[in-house]
Amino acid sequence: MHPILGTIIQRLLLGIVTLFFVSLIIFSSVEFLPGDFTQAILGQAATEDTVAAFRAELGLDKPAYIRYFDWIGAVAQGDLGYSFSGRSASGVDRSRAVVDLVAPRLGNTLFLAGMAAIVSVPLALVLGITAALYRNSVYDRSVNAVTLTTISFPEFFLAYLLILFFSSLWPVFPSLANVNAETELAERIYKCILPALTLTLVIVAHMMRMTRAAIINLLASPYIEMSQLKGLSKAKVIMRHALPNAWAPIATVIAFNLAYLVVGVVVVEVVFVYPGIGQLMVDAVTTRDIPVVQACALIFATTYILLNLTADIIGIVTNPRLLHPR
Amino acid sequence: MTDTPQAYSAAAEIGQIRERRTWIQIAKIELKKAPYSAWFGLIVIAIYLFVAIFAPLLAPHGEAEIFPASFAPWGGDFVFGTDQIGRDIFSRLIYGARNTIGIALATTLLSFAIGGSLGLIAAISGGWLDQLLSRFVDVLMAIPGLIFALMLLTIFGSSILSLIMIIAVLDSTRVFRLTRSVSVSVVVMDYVEAAKLRGEKLGWIMRREILPNIMPPLIAEFGLRFSFVFLTIAALSFLGLGIQPPTADWGSMVRDNASMIQFAKYDLTAALTPMIPAGAIALLTVAVNFVVDWFLHITSGLNDEH
Repeated sequence: MHPILGTIIQRLLLGIVTLFFVSLIIFSSVEFLPGDFTQAILGQAATEDTVAAFRAELGLDKPAYIRYFDWIGAVAQGDLGYSFSGRSASGVDRSRAVVDLVAPRLGNTLFLAGMAAIVSVPLALVLGITAALYRNSVYDRSVNAVTLTTISFPEFFLAYLLILFFSSLWPVFPSLANVNAETELAERIYKCILPALTLTLVIVAHMMRMTRAAIINLLASPYIEMSQLKGLSKAKVIMRHALPNAWAPIATVIAFNLAYLVVGVVVVEVVFVYPGIGQLMVDAVTTRDIPVVQACALIFATTYILLNLTADIIGIVTNPRLLHPR
Repeated sequence: MTDTPQAYSAAAEIGQIRERRTWIQIAKIELKKAPYSAWFGLIVIAIYLFVAIFAPLLAPHGEAEIFPASFAPWGGDFVFGTDQIGRDIFSRLIYGARNTIGIALATTLLSFAIGGSLGLIAAISGGWLDQLLSRFVDVLMAIPGLIFALMLLTIFGSSILSLIMIIAVLDSTRVFRLTRSVSVSVVVMDYVEAAKLRGEKLGWIMRREILPNIMPPLIAEFGLRFSFVFLTIAALSFLGLGIQPPTADWGSMVRDNASMIQFAKYDLTAALTPMIPAGAIALLTVAVNFVVDWFLHITSGLNDEH
């Protein structure tokens, strides 16, 4: 077998093991709830029958490991359970399926994150590579200073600064990104400009600095100096000699920052009242609606793990040293 | 021929006791060479600490004192006006420094106590314990921190104590990794081996043999971790899940007064009110980052010379 294939399979297995443990942690969050939490959800007036029915629905009468396999099996089939809200003491159940709550909002979040990623990834790569090439120039220093400042700002500070200037003082963009299923694409993009811009500012800074560091690291290696001494043009040194070795660190940088986007999206969605999965999660945490929190955490964690796994695999595949088995 | 009294003697020079500089002298020398950004950072941090310590003396009104005028404009009795239920914003900003910085500092210290000691133990003992701890940390780090914190807050509820515990434990994973990776190379040194053969206990080896040698990266990490924890707590409070009212805190102050931004055209000062606590958070993180940058520069520079 090709050595690359072996390494990739190893990484994939490692990813699956990680996912298993993460799902175990997320599942066990129910276990730590205080014993009387059914009362808190159903209300003080809940009859014993209602409580017993609710406990049976959650499967609390079965041992934990059976419940874990029930839960993970249902999740694999796309059934994330039912929300805790909408239940009443009389036993009337108006709770909604978590999938129906999550699915439309997941689409919205992916749209926003995708919009930010499409702008920020090329921008950050160009800024990072040029800053590394013209190291210690005025350009490099000013890009560095600006990005160091934006990194230090909390996301909501950037978001409100943008709202203050582009929505309040000079009203060109809306400060509320209240989209719904019927919103046209053009209007959707228009409404998402400020949230996407906030996310872009945050991750471009990270990505640019990491790309710059990776390229500078690479340009210091002896074989690059050799190719310069041979008299190759600057473009050729970069395209033929530096970039093939740089793909792995750059892929890691991109994946790391797209994963960072997953976290940044929570705060930004709340600021702009954007109906995404981050806001859903924050609302669910406030009302202590465990099934929704579990579903959101599982989605965020899976995205995060998959992105990091992809970066690992890209790093392996593009590594020229691994392409030729000894 | 006799020796001239001013003749050079190598033996005398070597025999001289070389005076060691105390750390205060070293600090003075380094401060003289420090760049403007580091000075800026140090001064900002000093001001924040001063405000945090002497908050009750500096604040004109009480932390949760409610006045009849809600949304009062700037000036007069209330420097930055009042908030939606009539609390003085200026006083709450001053008390907020105390609460926000205090909680972030306590969390960072706790996360270093947990992550640092476990990292040292893993590096020293090695073997299955090291593997177990490292793999466990790997799994914890596979879940994004803010998301994990949100999940744990659902279970344990939002109180200051659970906030500190949750973030400290989550953050200690990064401290663990750093401590372990820097001390692994120190653990194999001869003097550690000698101490082990001497029969010193684990605690002594950790404290006296390894810790002094891994201090610089840990101090720099402390600054970075502090600003990260500070931002996380601010973000959670902003989401309404962190520090709960009536305790004054910058994150929740931004949230409470955010709606005032839309009045920027009519009254700019009103729109700036939520920006002040947000700016206060940003300024402290920038300051800490500047100081850490400078500190890293010094410590790595010294390593290059010797």
